[in-house]
Amino acid sequence: MNAPAPSVLKQHLIDPVICIRCNTCEETCPIKAITHDSRNYVVDPDICNGCGACISPCPTGSIDNWRNVIKAEAYSLDAQLGWDELPEELELDIAAGNIADEEPGFAPPPLDTARGSTMAPKSAATPSINLHTIRQPAVATVVGNFRVTATDHDSDTHHIVLDFGSQPFPVLEGQSIGIIPPGTDAHGRPHHARQYSIASPRDGERPKYNNLSLTVKRVLVDHRGQPVRGIASNYVCDLQKGDQVKVIGPFGSTFLMPDEPKANLLMICTGTGSAPMRGMTERRRRLHQDGDGQLMLFFGARSQEELPYFGPLMKLPKTFIDINLAFSRTPGQPRTYVQDLMRARAGDIAALLKSDDTYVYVCGLKGMEDGVIDALRYAADQHGLDWRALHPKLKAEGRLHLETY
Amino acid sequence: MSTIDYSQKIPNNVNLSSDRTLQRALENWQPNFLNWWGDMGPAGSHQHDVYLRTAVSAEPSGWAHFDHVKMPDYRWGIFLSPQVQERKIHFGEHKGDDVWQEVPGEHRANLRRIIVTQGDTEPASVEQQRHLGLTAPSQYDLRNLFQINVEEGRHLWAMVYLLHRYFGRDGREEADALLERRSGQEDNPRILGAFNEQTPDWLSFFMFTYFTDRDGKFQLCALAESSFDPLARTTKFMLTEEAHHMFVGESGVSRVIARSCELMKQHKVEAPDQVRALGAIDLGTLQRYLNFHYSVTLDLFGADQSSNAATFYSSGIKGRYEEGRRVDDHVLKDMGYKILEVVDGKLVEKEVPMLNALNEVLRDDFIKDSEAGIGRWNKVIEKAGLPFRLTVPHKAFNRQIGSLSGARVAPDGSPISQAQWDANVSKWLPTVADRAYVTSLMGCVNTPGQYANWISAPLVGVNKQPTDMEYVRFN
Repeated sequence: MNAPAPSVLKQHLIDPVICIRCNTCEETCPIKAITHDSRNYVVDPDICNGCGACISPCPTGSIDNWRNVIKAEAYSLDAQLGWDELPEELELDIAAGNIADEEPGFAPPPLDTARGSTMAPKSAATPSINLHTIRQPAVATVVGNFRVTATDHDSDTHHIVLDFGSQPFPVLEGQSIGIIPPGTDAHGRPHHARQYSIASPRDGERPKYNNLSLTVKRVLVDHRGQPVRGIASNYVCDLQKGDQVKVIGPFGSTFLMPDEPKANLLMICTGTGSAPMRGMTERRRRLHQDGDGQLMLFFGARSQEELPYFGPLMKLPKTFIDINLAFSRTPGQPRTYVQDLMRARAGDIAALLKSDDTYVYVCGLKGMEDGVIDALRYAADQHGLDWRALHPKLKAEGRLHLETY
Repeated sequence: MSTIDYSQKIPNNVNLSSDRTLQRALENWQPNFLNWWGDMGPAGSHQHDVYLRTAVSAEPSGWAHFDHVKMPDYRWGIFLSPQVQERKIHFGEHKGDDVWQEVPGEHRANLRRIIVTQGDTEPASVEQQRHLGLTAPSQYDLRNLFQINVEEGRHLWAMVYLLHRYFGRDGREEADALLERRSGQEDNPRILGAFNEQTPDWLSFFMFTYFTDRDGKFQLCALAESSFDPLARTTKFMLTEEAHHMFVGESGVSRVIARSCELMKQHKVEAPDQVRALGAIDLGTLQRYLNFHYSVTLDLFGADQSSNAATFYSSGIKGRYEEGRRVDDHVLKDMGYKILEVVDGKLVEKEVPMLNALNEVLRDDFIKDSEAGIGRWNKVIEKAGLPFRLTVPHKAFNRQIGSLSGARVAPDGSPISQAQWDANVSKWLPTVADRAYVTSLMGCVNTPGQYANWISAPLVGVNKQPTDMEYVRFN
């Protein structure tokens, strides 16, 4: 019998001939994988995860060196500290299959931009798109505006219901619309339309009426935490019943749900990324019959008070949907993110991933994408599924949908 | 995230548009800056498209975006490193308190003085280097020069932002004065001596960026520890740019050495005259340039005993290099430090309170850092199999500031008489003839991929581009 093939590490190294020992890389490394002595700057192969954060800040280009080595024989810190120049690249017998190509769990700088499907599930209904444009927007009437986060809390998220009267505005769960805020910007130009995911199912927030709902968070601080009033979100959150709103769309032709009751939905979201999940869940609830596929939800927010729809969500029967809530800022509690809960539930996730009837949806802030994909990989690899084979399969079959912003 | 808002007239990540008064004041200063750039920026360069690095975010992923731009269109702006939540003062008498987000009244004058002194060096170096573009040894080097120039301009912006934002009317007046002083001008010179010297040739430029910009690095590192958080965050981001300047110096000198060694090996010669006959720079001349720039830069750290330095430290304005990594009490009240002085014609060590010797502490950190790079230059010579080695002169050599000022000390540290100095100085410092020879080598090489005879090609191009790329498009 063959012994297991040794795994290969793409080891990150710094070229001591070109490096000027400026300390920029060590300062930059988010996980402290870089260290130095009076002679060299070196990368710890046990810590470096190849995230690439140090690459562009390096003024010299010396940082961007990679060598394929057998993991057990990676160049140690001591060896690197003694170098005057990089060693020659070793020829590894990868092609012959004597060595596993890549250490699972280790990825060099992520480059794959289309990580999710670029096509809808096979059974998805055909979406209508771009029925209403900037030149000819639909005009909707506000028929409801409710706060869906705790009132004694700063975070202010609203559930807005828009009615389209007699104008055609057919939508599917997972699609989005654009809202044009009134007025003009500092340059006298009309404001851009802002896009919001639809939070209601295709037959309307109130069934049989031509309406839909949105989940909108009032923006009061920017990404840096500086105060700023988001033009559109404040406009939408302040809308009164009876107000008229210019709407364009609908948009989106891939982030759609399969039209088959036996499909399993694995939904992962944070904050207002919950909107499409609410639409899909409500669709399934309205059509629910015994024997339907499973729904599993991972939903993250800073705290329970900031989690939109916390109350209604808790009323759904456990037999209908498996709900996992992650709170990252509950006082006195360790910070928990959706990917942490996903790892804890890796076995159940893997069970879902084994089925060809499982569809994965991810919606929320851009930052969650890496962690979630990593957690999926972990679940798969820990339970006998090969993520490297499964990932492209999910993509190709329209079963992995990412919408992050 | 610290995304930079490029839709504004002045790109920034400090939410400038929320403070209209400040925004207007800086927008008034901006045309004066552009006029200064037009008058004193790189000569004859304003129409060139230069392959420059621009920061689009203060996060690591956004420091380096490369594109061809005309330098007057470079988006100078105000970028601070992301704020560290709940940062505490970690040295001096206020140790343990929250860092300051505004200037405390009692430290206002000292902080302003430090910021003005730092800020003054930035436009000064652009002025010193403004004619170098006409004699660049390659497109690659020309591009690096311009990159340094625009970044020095941005460092000026960084300091001017602090002056405008935190120092009211006198801050604005100081900001105006930064554009009025001129390097080397007799009636209105730049504040520090080294920044009134000329940078007449590319060897001087490489030595300047290696040594003098390294002084900049150490000053910025010390200020990045400051209890005045906006100053700490500003200088922290400036350090990311400063690293490139030292790279240009270290690799520049290294390439000069490599070329000289290559020709010496090829033609089996070692005597300076023979090396010069081949159109290269002999290693002795390199050593004399090194001695000059090293000793002039040592003076920039200030007097070896300074009550100002003690005050800056104790009040939390300016820390030491790598303050956070040092293991002592970070108050330094009971600690001593050895400095050098001349007694009866001899150099002797004297123990003084460390607080008063903090300039010397920073100078010694600089010396260690400088020596390491010189060791790497020697590797190049060693690899070529030549016996010559470059050395740093003794720190008492050729000093004009502090207790060693005017002392006559040979590069090896032995005290000498004035007569001995006069007899040997031409061996130690660049002579008029040395400078004339180096100047005679300077000539513009404009063709992509070609390098002047006295310097070798770089090992790698900018941003992984080939070394024969068209880094500068002359229009």
